[in-house]
Amino acid sequence: MDRGLIIRGVRRCSFGRFALWMVPWALLLIVGCYAAFLCLYEGLHHTNMDNRFAFGLWIFLDLTVIALGAGAFFTGFLLYVMKRKELQAVINSAVVIGFICYSGAVAVLAVDVGQPLRAWFTFWHPNTHSMLTEVTFCISVYLTVLAIEYLPVILKNRKLRQVPSFLVFEFQLHKLMYVLAGVGTFLSFFHQGSLGGLYGVLHARPFVFREGFAIWPSTFFLFILSAAAVGPSFILLTTWLVSKVTRKELVKPAVFRSLAHVSGVLLIVYVLFKSIDTLIWINGTSPGLGFAAYDYYAWKPFGTWILFTEIIVLGLVPALLLLNEKRLPSRGWLILAAMLASSGVALNRFVLTIQTLALPTLPFDQFLSYWPSWQETATFLAVVAYGVLVYSFSFRYLTLFPQEKELSRI
Amino acid sequence: MTKETVKTRPARYGMVIDLDRCNGCGACMIACAVENNVPACPEGVTDRTGITWMRVQKLSNGQSFPDSRTAFIPVMCQQCGDKTPCVSVCPQQAVEVDEASGIVDQMPQRCLGCRYCMVACPYHARYFNWWDPAWPNGMERTLNPDVAPRMRGVVEKCNFCHGRYQEARAKAAVDGAAERAVEYTTACAEACPTGAITFGDLDDPGSEVAQLAKSENAFRLLEKLGTGPKVHYISKRAWVRAAAGSSLAAETREVRHG
Repeated sequence: MDRGLIIRGVRRCSFGRFALWMVPWALLLIVGCYAAFLCLYEGLHHTNMDNRFAFGLWIFLDLTVIALGAGAFFTGFLLYVMKRKELQAVINSAVVIGFICYSGAVAVLAVDVGQPLRAWFTFWHPNTHSMLTEVTFCISVYLTVLAIEYLPVILKNRKLRQVPSFLVFEFQLHKLMYVLAGVGTFLSFFHQGSLGGLYGVLHARPFVFREGFAIWPSTFFLFILSAAAVGPSFILLTTWLVSKVTRKELVKPAVFRSLAHVSGVLLIVYVLFKSIDTLIWINGTSPGLGFAAYDYYAWKPFGTWILFTEIIVLGLVPALLLLNEKRLPSRGWLILAAMLASSGVALNRFVLTIQTLALPTLPFDQFLSYWPSWQETATFLAVVAYGVLVYSFSFRYLTLFPQEKELSRI
Repeated sequence: MTKETVKTRPARYGMVIDLDRCNGCGACMIACAVENNVPACPEGVTDRTGITWMRVQKLSNGQSFPDSRTAFIPVMCQQCGDKTPCVSVCPQQAVEVDEASGIVDQMPQRCLGCRYCMVACPYHARYFNWWDPAWPNGMERTLNPDVAPRMRGVVEKCNFCHGRYQEARAKAAVDGAAERAVEYTTACAEACPTGAITFGDLDDPGSEVAQLAKSENAFRLLEKLGTGPKVHYISKRAWVRAAAGSSLAAETREVRHG
């Protein structure tokens, strides 16, 4: 049965070995589901969030995985709209990663909100002034788009292809891919931006408030740019990781170089705009609200080092490495650069979520710290486990890397 | 023939708290909790997870003995009047500013519990129900029938005793008080033993609250953010105004930094 499902022309490990690989992830998923159940059934007091730290680990990591999952839309955009055909080699993997990131984030959000059964209220009583409304709309629709994009990958499975109607359906879906890639790009641009806007519009939280263009604060554009820049890096990173774990060449070196180049160009533009934005905020926006920017960094451990790390170490350095992908002595440097870039976007989301809430606004308030509970950590690890399980199944039975067959013959 | 609906004049309710009178006894907090059916603290609650619509905080001049001075400042929803930070962010319109009273209302039955409003509020005056509300045996008989208790997983906050407001509004309508704003007072103002809290219509120039709000020693919290709070504080002591971050006090930086 298992052998019959595996695509022809590629080698996969024995089913026993595959099952052994899946067991720890499945256990992690079960523990995480139990933790999520406690939060849903008994209440969010199982978390270490509180009335000041109203957002915690979940929101920080949701924002991070959604940024990293941007690789799906941006690779689709580059392939179908910008006609970078070499990216055909990673588009299926990118779609699966995007689907995992978005569905995982939505699942965690369902645990995070106090009344998940009221999620539909946002569609029924939408507040059109709220960035969160826009995020909810776009993420719901985009997750559907990702599911539709994932479907042809599933239907291409060896056994499923034997059903003629599936084949026809898959063929028809494939013709829609250009439209879906366009719709996905549009939706992604907006919700990535709105996720940044979530913080930028908080005019009473001067640490994150930013001025911008029309109704959009600068964080709206910076989030789009950072997600588009880091998405290809994350695809590069995951492709390398899968290649290492499975000990197989999955894509040609040109694909790595192409992803690195796109990521590098966008990252350098992002670093430039982020630096300008930071200078405007330090010299204009924050003092304009009566808060000297240097005061924020007096609260340890969040000193100015965090700003330096975000912009230089995890921004400018990986951007320069990625841009010089042809001159790098080994692929290891490329992987390091992709890791730094991905960590940079995570640090940015951390600063906006956690540092913002730790800082006092009232002069007689205290600086607070927060450490997630085991339930919060386990719930999130369950999403990681879910991701590994879905990806492992997809890799074993579906064509995630079309060049694998060709490369295995060499 | 149908009787014409009696409309009362819109008001802009506000509060003035005299910090020189506040001795930090906490009677206002208790009165608020009893009036508004705030449940008893469950096991494991901390000062960061408990619900206190009104919270008395300590102000210090930062000096050591014998120069140290302490004052108390009750902080609740500041009922922002301009660019209310929590209203625009709520994704499902569970927060609104009532045009008739200026009160920032929270609708728990529509709240998703996303807590975005809590992040937006610079006063940290919003509280989340981390637990199921529960009252010890027999204590449920103390519940105020005019105020609905809130369920787990939603945000709540001070609403200037909305139950009392509604009751007074109904009474005003019956009395045909078309030209007057609804007159009532909040539980905290009523309970304060030193009379530190004055509540009323800020738009009524003759009201005590409006007079006090114009005092030269009056200030509002984080006024520089432009949120237009309707809760004012008064203190004749410069260091108290400075410690509370009064932007009217030019002495703020001098006092804070010696």
